[in-house]
Amino acid sequence: MRIKQAFQVSSAAGVAALMLSGSAFAVTLNLHNGGDARTLDPNKESVNVEDRIISDCFEGLMTIDPKGEPVPGQATSFDVTPDGLTYTFHLRDGIMWSDGTPVVAQDFLTGLEHLENPKTAAEYAYLANFIAGVADYNAGKSTDPSTLGIKALDDKTVQYTLASPTPYFTAALTHPSLYPIPTADYKANGEDWASVDHILCNGPYQIKEWVPGSYVRSEKNAKYYDAANVKIDEVYYHVLEDNAAALNRYRAGEFDIMTDLPTDQLALIQKELPGQARLTPIISVYYYMLNELKKPFDDVEIRKALSMAINRDVITGDILGTGDVAAYSWVPPGVANYQGAVYTNDWQTLPYEERVKQAAAIMASKGYTPENPLKATLRYNTNDNHRRIAVAIAAMWAQIGVQIDLLNAETGVHYDALSAGDFEIGRAGWIMDYNDASNMLDILRSGQKQPDGTINWGNNYGRYSNPKFDALMDQAAKELDLVKRAGIMHEAEKLAMDEYGAVPIYDYVTKWVVSPKISGYEDNAVERHLTRYLSKSE
Amino acid sequence: MAGITGKDAVLTRYADKLEQIDAPKGRSLTQDAIRRLVRNRAALVSIVIVVLIVLIAFIGPRFAPWDYSKVDWTSIRKPPDVAKLHFFGTDANGRDLLSRVLQGTQMSLIVAGVATAVSVIIGIIYGAIAGYFGGRLDAVMMRFVDVMYAMPYVLFVIILVVIFGRSPVMLFVGIGALEWLTMARIVRGQTLSLKEREFIEAARAGGARSMSIITRHIIPNLTGPVVIYATLTVPEIIITESFLSYLGLGVQEPQTSLGTLISAGAQVAESQTWLLVFPAVVLVTMLLCLTYIGDGLRDALDPKDR
Amino acid sequence: MLSYAFKRVLSMLPVAFIAVTACFFIMRLAPGGPFDRERALPPEIKANLLAAYNMDQSLPVQYMLYVWRLLHGDLGPSMVVKTYSVSQLLGLGLPFTLTLGFSAFIIATTVGILAGILAAVYQNKWPDYVLVLFVMVGVVVPNFLTAHLLQLVFGVYLDWLPAGGYLPGSIPHLVMPVTVLSLAHLARVSRLMRGSMIEVLGSNYVRTARAKGLGTRLVLARHALKPALLPVVSYLGPGLSYLLTGSLVVEQVFGLPGIGKYFIQAALNRDYGLVLGTVVLYMFIILILNLIVDLVYAWLDPKVRYS
Repeated sequence: MRIKQAFQVSSAAGVAALMLSGSAFAVTLNLHNGGDARTLDPNKESVNVEDRIISDCFEGLMTIDPKGEPVPGQATSFDVTPDGLTYTFHLRDGIMWSDGTPVVAQDFLTGLEHLENPKTAAEYAYLANFIAGVADYNAGKSTDPSTLGIKALDDKTVQYTLASPTPYFTAALTHPSLYPIPTADYKANGEDWASVDHILCNGPYQIKEWVPGSYVRSEKNAKYYDAANVKIDEVYYHVLEDNAAALNRYRAGEFDIMTDLPTDQLALIQKELPGQARLTPIISVYYYMLNELKKPFDDVEIRKALSMAINRDVITGDILGTGDVAAYSWVPPGVANYQGAVYTNDWQTLPYEERVKQAAAIMASKGYTPENPLKATLRYNTNDNHRRIAVAIAAMWAQIGVQIDLLNAETGVHYDALSAGDFEIGRAGWIMDYNDASNMLDILRSGQKQPDGTINWGNNYGRYSNPKFDALMDQAAKELDLVKRAGIMHEAEKLAMDEYGAVPIYDYVTKWVVSPKISGYEDNAVERHLTRYLSKSE
Repeated sequence: MAGITGKDAVLTRYADKLEQIDAPKGRSLTQDAIRRLVRNRAALVSIVIVVLIVLIAFIGPRFAPWDYSKVDWTSIRKPPDVAKLHFFGTDANGRDLLSRVLQGTQMSLIVAGVATAVSVIIGIIYGAIAGYFGGRLDAVMMRFVDVMYAMPYVLFVIILVVIFGRSPVMLFVGIGALEWLTMARIVRGQTLSLKEREFIEAARAGGARSMSIITRHIIPNLTGPVVIYATLTVPEIIITESFLSYLGLGVQEPQTSLGTLISAGAQVAESQTWLLVFPAVVLVTMLLCLTYIGDGLRDALDPKDR
Repeated sequence: MLSYAFKRVLSMLPVAFIAVTACFFIMRLAPGGPFDRERALPPEIKANLLAAYNMDQSLPVQYMLYVWRLLHGDLGPSMVVKTYSVSQLLGLGLPFTLTLGFSAFIIATTVGILAGILAAVYQNKWPDYVLVLFVMVGVVVPNFLTAHLLQLVFGVYLDWLPAGGYLPGSIPHLVMPVTVLSLAHLARVSRLMRGSMIEVLGSNYVRTARAKGLGTRLVLARHALKPALLPVVSYLGPGLSYLLTGSLVVEQVFGLPGIGKYFIQAALNRDYGLVLGTVVLYMFIILILNLIVDLVYAWLDPKVRYS
């Protein structure tokens, strides 16, 4: 006799009385979501924890299939002009918000205006900068919403005007920041429209409850056009930052899916729960940035030596052991609109001992030896994996005469220091927003001079700067022929990587654990899995 | 966390005792107590074990086969292996756990020592000033202590860590600065009773300045309370440190502490048991012994046995 | 006596105010800010965010704004959680933290007192040794470790209890969190009780009562219990505030929606509004608790004078 079950039966009656909405026969998915959401508003979304909730409850003109590929969502089809600047979307029949009001073209306008309105202070506002007028509107240079490159031709037709040809536009439309919001609801409730009390959804699920620090609960949205094929009735997105505790709960049967796993426990998972860990490469890079405004990291040779001395196979194989892929290129393999071979350098196939020898020789020629080492600080944000990798790389560099001080800090503090250039070597990572090589390469563009005289380096923490690289990226942005565009970007990547503008270490893999009860889950490279495609058997 | 050893209760009792008897006898009370403590077998064994742990933590690393930060690329995450001289096994970075436990114990002790020292110093100064000058000043200062007792201690510790996070020593200076309240109370009580005694009256009549009376005559009489206070405060700080380590606010790599080791080990309690067991045994043993010593001290001072 | 209590509260207010002020400025000294993310925000967007939270103003102005709002009972917005204000968040978390804290408090105090009496009555016999050892081990093992191990044993291996999470109204979900949270408090209470009971049992009037032929139970209940409880009661105030503010780890491991957990996340994310709000709320609770303890203590010990 299990006490837990006895307890649950006895308390079920009381709980059922409290929770009028919960049907006893519902199929419930328990998803371990990691941290807590900060908002449920698609326009304000900023992290994947929110994306998993919001993408289940909202749908854009485009959505994704189980493989993560963009497919028509609220639109059925679109036309694009030959110059690649105007896209016209035709909305699906019978789409509506969860209160039954139809989704109309105006809702997309409302969404874009809300996203770009400076008062909304949306973090992903810049993602839509390829739409005409967006950048100026968000910066407050224009206050007229009609300057935004979006028009409602009629209730069922939305037209976008782009600032420049954007081959990944339809892929970008799958991002929740570009989703529509219910106009009437937003007008009536203002920013409060996205609170649990007022929120209306146009996706397969409707948010019902949010207990901060514990879970968000959504229920199937009967008004969704494809509701007949949605098999899971209720989803709990559980908050739990402690991955070891999460694994315990998964093993106790309380979670059906984990979206992250404690790396150290992989062996245990593979032994006790065979086949349940889902490790698939995602389009992303884990890398170190060397601050090129600080000596001696302005020296290409030093950067090269440091990169050569990192044994990536040991990091992915022994230190992490989760099947991550050693990386030498800036753009990970398999990225869209990037025809051509993956970048390789001339030393990556050498035996590691030989690489260390060459790297040590370079360092020695600059006057750094194990006896007279180069002293530098390596910063990383607090996380078990980052710590381990930093410790391992510090030990690898010790062989070539580099003495590393490790410094960890909370995520905010870490990136604050990186942004301010207050570091020598720093860890960073990038999980691509949309599947296009430019999303990766744009990181390495030179900084922009600001009105107040400072330079904004964006995500280019290492402050790599090469006018030729910038020119190539500008040229690629104007190129309509996708193959030619890919060629130009490859040239740019080679330039930046030959100069070690950043030191890629590995490409991430997903670390999901999926119960055998769940079917419909397909590994994909964007790490987005909509619940509408899943089903659960008891 | 704070108060695991019942420090307040023990020390208040002791201070009451001290106030009731003549100050010169305060020293003999302490000597008495020590004699009694030595007769308490559990406490004595505990003292021996703690001394051993301290000695091994500080001398051991010289004899350990591996350095605590040295990576052994051939054994990453391996259980104890006598042939490779990894007697406690290795961690996820291939570093020798024995050396890391030694270094971690050392770090935990240093951190606890610094924090305790800081709280003792602040407590003595604050308490002596309040007690010696008395009157209004005393009332205000002690009211402040009362109120500080009511502050959400844990929250302030976390805020301090957030600010001093990068420097462990600064951090524990900070924690010490929050821990001084009990010490201040005891010292004040002591000072109050001492300052009426003949030898202090005599010193004052002889023209000695307040400061020198405090440093020459009052502070030396505080040895007893300080020893007890330190015994009881050290385990509290060690526990606080382990709690902070769990939140990811522990010491910087490659250094480690018992708390950091245990919070890493707790994650892999089943698959890599050695990573949890060795540091946990050291921590639990050390804290248990310190608690027994604290108990022994309390019993040694129990008025009933006189 | 009421005026005494009133005086105590009054004297705490200025200090509480100073503490809030100190927190306000100290938090700003800490490196990093609420809008530092894994990805650098474009300057325009960061400017929009700063403006949205009045953080583009000078620090003294922000402080005045904060105090002004605080005096009106408004704790302001959270800088990280966008959907809820600080008051709303604390309002959602407080009932749970109180449930957790008070359950642990009641259970641990009761069990602790009983265990302490038992240990005192059987001083230096085996029940005493067993209890003392048990209590000590419970308190020296860091609570995140106890939580992980209990979760593994009772949630995964034996499958007796839910391994974590929160279900409104469900008692099984509270068993492990309350147990972990109770341990330290239980240890302190039982040790205090044991000590003071031993002392009371050795005192003259209890010896007299026994000499008169009264049974152990009667002596305990009628003569020994009340005086022996005094040191325990004086500990209950700080004890309860440790429990209410100490639930952070338990909430973190078991994924529970309490304010301790908010506080950790808020401090790590530099959510200034939520950090300050939590501090203010905790101080308010502690203030009330101290008052109650004072009153109870006065009832138990007629010797206390109100000066």
